[in-house]
Amino acid sequence: MKTNFFSLLTWLGVAVLGAAAVGGIALNRGESINAIWFVTAALCVYAIAYRFYAAWIAATVLSIDATRATPAERLNNGHDFVPTNRWIVFGHHFAAIAGPGPLIGPTLAAQFGYLPGTLWILIGAVLGGCVQDMVTLFFSTRRDGRSLGQMARDELGNIGGIAALIATFLIMIILIAVLGLVVVNAMKHSPWATSTVAATIPIAMLVGLYMYKLRPGRVLEGSALGLILLLLAVAGGGWVDQQAGLRELFNHPGLPLAFGVIIYGFAAAILPVWLLLAPRDYLSTFMKLGTIILLALAIVWLRPDIKMPALTQFIDGTGPIFGGKLFPFVFITIACGAISGFHSLIASGTTPKLLTNERDIRMIGYGGMALESMVAVMAMIAATVLDPGVYFAINSPAGMVGKTAVEAVATISGWGFPVTVEQMSLLAQQMGEATLFARTGGAPSLAVGMASIFGSAFGDHLLALWYHFAIMFEALFILTTLDAGTRVGRFMLQDLLGNVWKPMGQTSWYPSVLFTSAVVVAAWGYFLYIGVIDPNGGVNILWPLFGIANQILAAIALCVATGILVKSGKLKYAWITALPLTWLVIITSTATWEKLTSSDPRVGFLAAANSLSDKLAAGVLPPEKAAVAPQLIFNQQLDAVLALFFAVLLWLIVLDMLRVCSRHLSGKQVPPLSEVPHYPTRLEEAWERD
Amino acid sequence: MGTRLNNLLRNLWRIVRRLSGDDGYERYLAHHAAAHPDQPVLSRRAWFAQQQQRKWSGVKRCC
Repeated sequence: MKTNFFSLLTWLGVAVLGAAAVGGIALNRGESINAIWFVTAALCVYAIAYRFYAAWIAATVLSIDATRATPAERLNNGHDFVPTNRWIVFGHHFAAIAGPGPLIGPTLAAQFGYLPGTLWILIGAVLGGCVQDMVTLFFSTRRDGRSLGQMARDELGNIGGIAALIATFLIMIILIAVLGLVVVNAMKHSPWATSTVAATIPIAMLVGLYMYKLRPGRVLEGSALGLILLLLAVAGGGWVDQQAGLRELFNHPGLPLAFGVIIYGFAAAILPVWLLLAPRDYLSTFMKLGTIILLALAIVWLRPDIKMPALTQFIDGTGPIFGGKLFPFVFITIACGAISGFHSLIASGTTPKLLTNERDIRMIGYGGMALESMVAVMAMIAATVLDPGVYFAINSPAGMVGKTAVEAVATISGWGFPVTVEQMSLLAQQMGEATLFARTGGAPSLAVGMASIFGSAFGDHLLALWYHFAIMFEALFILTTLDAGTRVGRFMLQDLLGNVWKPMGQTSWYPSVLFTSAVVVAAWGYFLYIGVIDPNGGVNILWPLFGIANQILAAIALCVATGILVKSGKLKYAWITALPLTWLVIITSTATWEKLTSSDPRVGFLAAANSLSDKLAAGVLPPEKAAVAPQLIFNQQLDAVLALFFAVLLWLIVLDMLRVCSRHLSGKQVPPLSEVPHYPTRLEEAWERD
Repeated sequence: MGTRLNNLLRNLWRIVRRLSGDDGYERYLAHHAAAHPDQPVLSRRAWFAQQQQRKWSGVKRCC
């Protein structure tokens, strides 16, 4: 009784504190607000949602059954199915879902001001993203760890299965292209960044050789060696930058760097995993976790003030970083930090095979995503502690604000975000860069934000080192995602082509490996190439496309979950997934509609294609732009087709899910639930003794 | 006090090894001895190669 009272009091306290923090953030106008309120608001919201909403979903909606043996127990084979301690599973799951997305999305969405993005990160996560991850994890656990695509086929039918497969493949292509673009933009004309990122390749190979040949399986030794070398590479990049001859070797415009990334991607896809991908992943995982913890500590320690206003005038759709109104584009842009369809691929397939007990699903599925969302909040803080003028100067493409520093500064100051040329050159000099104007893609701005936070916390004289450390850290795991994504794309393509011609399906047959890798790399390479030659920075096109694709994949996962809930006789609880699903359908459909029909060339793909062809026909384009115009026009049209295709895919699966549900409710035949029967667990006793 | 700290550090080290997969071969040997002791055991290198290949054949990293 007493403990109940105290727990009630504690949770009441958390609720009041959380409400005060969220209210403070939302209602604050004009005065500066401290970043600690963002952290407080986020932690309270996650804690309450986890304690009450997630617990209710686990107990009442999913009826989690601790006496049921998990696939890890029943099918234990010592490698993929292994009952594992829940903290270890949590670590693996979080390392797998945390990528560059939640760092980039909030950075870009900060153009609307800090408020819309932050609110969506919090609300989207607790009602959407966390629920998606948790229910997908649960349903896959009840189905022997089957993948999302398989579950879609089993539970809804072939249409769902094929839609999930195609969406996964296409999102991978767009994702890799936009991530490649982010890395290219971070390295553009920066010998320090380029040489450091380049050095990560031989370092990863050295670590690979160490772990494979020299001391097989000694992962920690190899990683420690690699991490030291990476830090040396960051410092070494600074040295390279000082050497007149050497620096020119790494000083390149975007296009050669893009080709470098494409060639690298192809090489990484055909090299054995142990040589490049696996060691790079160890390094990037350690680096990622370390940097996130460091950033969290620095924010709490330093408590920086937020300088961005709550809302900017760009909610009207005229934003320089990407075109489009607050609704629906803030939701499309934030993407991974609030709800990421990609997580459903990890939550089905990989993680369920490690669960010891169904009880752990809430912590791993819901808790893992809450932590990821926290990373997004920190990225938002890092973007908004910058002077807004500086933020816009770094992130706005030259095509929007003007080619020269003077023009850019005048445009941005004209928007009401004062910034001077001197301020920008001092900042660039402090960060060890030639210029910070028009460094689009989010990585440089995040790195400046992180460097200024780290710099104030651990010493200002190291700003340039911190900046390039942040760039290296982002590039490291972007390149890991690029390798891993290309490989997954290749496997999917091989699987598909194997249906047409048997030998193509053999994952180790070299001609097939070469061919399918080349196709996948060419596919994302094309979008990367266009993104680099686009005078508006490419991010404006690629990131919304990626956001739409990712949210559509999430909608597919929620369709599968809603279908299963209805078929399991839980119609009255189906809103837990149907609600976020409805919202995603609304925002992705609206975004696609605007991308197709908007007359603003910065929003509508077709409007952009038409405006460009008119200009080309009228002969008003400068020669260098006229040369690439036909390609840009074709690309805008292709993007329009792609967006339309995504939307059709989404509606197809939504209607298919509704068809299955209504057939079930009217007593007609539907694909039966593919849940594995109940076997009692035998682990409980052993677990408690341990 | 000393032994407590010692235990804490030892546990922490065990978690780090487990999370990173550093203890993977030891776990493989233990599993092998328990599940199919009659079959030959893979060498450390062969096990590592096989494990890496397996690990990277599906979606393992997100955006």
